[in-house]
Amino acid sequence: MRTPSGHKVYAMAAEYPSAAALYEAAKRVRDAGFRRWDVYSPFPIHGMDAAMGLGKSWLSGWVLFGGVSGLLTAAVIEFGPSSILYPLDVHGKPTNFFTVPAFFPIMFELTVLFGAFAAFFAVLIMNGLPRWYHPMFNWERFSRVTNDGFFLAIEARDPRFTEAGVRDLLEQSGGQHITIVHEE
Amino acid sequence: MDETYTTSERVEGEAAAAAERPLARVPLVLNKRNFSWLTERISGVVENPAPRWWWVAFTITASVATFGLFCLGYQISTGVGTWGLNHPVGWAWDITNFVFWIGIGHAGTLISAILFLLRQKWRTSINRSAEAMTLFAVICAAIFPGVHVGRVWMAWYLAPLPNNYGIWPNFRSPLVWDVFAVSTYFTVSVLFWYTGLIPDLATLRDRTTSKIRKFLFGIFACGWRGSNRNWRHYEMAYLLLAGLSTPLVLSVHSVVSFDFATSILPTWHTTIFPPYFVAGAIFGGFAMVLTLLIPARAIFKLHDIITPQHIDKMAKIILLTGSFVAYAYTMEFFVAWYSGNSYERFAFWNRIFGPYWWYWWVGMLFCNCLSPQLFWFHWCRRNIFVVYFVCMCVNAGMWFERFIIIVGGLHRDFIPSSWGLFIPTWVDIWTYIGTLGIFTSLFLLFIRFLPMVAMSEVKTAVPEADVHYASPNGQHPVAAGGKERT
Repeated sequence: MRTPSGHKVYAMAAEYPSAAALYEAAKRVRDAGFRRWDVYSPFPIHGMDAAMGLGKSWLSGWVLFGGVSGLLTAAVIEFGPSSILYPLDVHGKPTNFFTVPAFFPIMFELTVLFGAFAAFFAVLIMNGLPRWYHPMFNWERFSRVTNDGFFLAIEARDPRFTEAGVRDLLEQSGGQHITIVHEE
Repeated sequence: MDETYTTSERVEGEAAAAAERPLARVPLVLNKRNFSWLTERISGVVENPAPRWWWVAFTITASVATFGLFCLGYQISTGVGTWGLNHPVGWAWDITNFVFWIGIGHAGTLISAILFLLRQKWRTSINRSAEAMTLFAVICAAIFPGVHVGRVWMAWYLAPLPNNYGIWPNFRSPLVWDVFAVSTYFTVSVLFWYTGLIPDLATLRDRTTSKIRKFLFGIFACGWRGSNRNWRHYEMAYLLLAGLSTPLVLSVHSVVSFDFATSILPTWHTTIFPPYFVAGAIFGGFAMVLTLLIPARAIFKLHDIITPQHIDKMAKIILLTGSFVAYAYTMEFFVAWYSGNSYERFAFWNRIFGPYWWYWWVGMLFCNCLSPQLFWFHWCRRNIFVVYFVCMCVNAGMWFERFIIIVGGLHRDFIPSSWGLFIPTWVDIWTYIGTLGIFTSLFLLFIRFLPMVAMSEVKTAVPEADVHYASPNGQHPVAAGGKERT
């Protein structure tokens, strides 16, 4: 979809006066059946995931994977040298798997370390960040999003997107400064 | 919508709230400050030119830090003999400083992780600067075990790296656990801190007019745009990082205490050490958080964000953990007596009446056990000067405590012929003062270049952030500043 001036349209967006207003609007957009849309706010709004119809984030799966791989890594780097490559006789204590309590602190630390790295990289990758450019930044008012602005944008590639229909929906839900956001 | 609830949330000041509804919560952000005021005030600290006091303070702390680095260079190039270490006291100020600094870091992680899991929203005003303090304290801590080994260029032996001697570290040694614990702690703290910073860096990016700052903040903000689809994963990552950091912070000082507890020295060889060290670390760390935040709050006029309520709550945590510590001290004496072990009994008798007697009376008894008891009284928790006095006592007291544990455990060996005292040299003293310089310099740089309060988090503590919020007069809560935006 293009504007008369020939710009490719990314979305139609509106600004809302408060978190409460944005929350109510999100519920309407969700119920209207849109799929490709998003809300933007300076802080995470409690309850917004449900209002948008989004489920639980499965980022936790990656963290579990990271934690388990940390645990296994620690087991390998500890028991490999201690039991096989270079068994050290300290106080005559055995170095086999039955002495696991003495090896546990490092297993714990690496579980946490790998889990934390997984959480950090997963949040970036699942969010498509770092990203140098996003069409929403073309809208001048959008710079308030990190200050006190609350925005909602419905993307043009959503199958239900029609200019008149979306404008109506945004207006009825209390949106202000409704505008077309260009792709570039 | 519950009208009474929201009305009482919005009232200004504590007295008014108490009059309206006795159990009403005192707002976390005072004077009904709105989102844009918060952004303005917190970003302003970074955006305005550095005040003159900052340059004066930074010049002093950076000079001290430089001299501390010189001492480290002198110690590395000349040898560990430049410190006052000798037989029988082979660990003294170096390990005291290590435990002191690593302990200070613990308050930051407690605030950012444990209080997050406990849904303590007041943490949002202080978590950013406390986490920064954690990182800087761990940097200072890491210096000491790094250089006390003598030949620092051999420090890689601590890591399990394949080498042509075929030698591997002993993974059952607490000293190797320590390497893993401290480096994991630092790395995870950095990740947690940076994850929290991303939305605030985006705020600074969107506000700045300078091209260079826009570019740099833009790079580090990773293109953050406040999208709820992003917030969804972000909140899960934050929750899990908090969940991972919680056992981590408890484990780090436990592992530090294993360095002592797994030995066979009287006063060291005890099972009480891990919880005792963790409580002491949180105790000392909160004192340091207040030491840094009380002046910062006054200088940058953050009184509406870091309110008397915040200071009151931190004082209560100091009271609680200080009482844990006092209990642990008492229990040590009891167990020494009850064990019937003559070396153990002698060591504790020596702690109170031996050559380092005043360290115990002043540091452990007065500073750590008695001074925090002032916080039982409401007016003491609300009086900035009393709070500051207690924090200074605790800062000093916790250093003395570690000195007593370490040197106190070593200076009276099992045979009287091997007894000896520890006398610090100028290198010992100035290396320690140097780390104080490094710590304060890094903190001063932090408040100049990064937002010292987590803006995106503190905004969630404002009543307007609630989706069920309605303004008291029934009108639409147009950005509680009142004016309709155009």
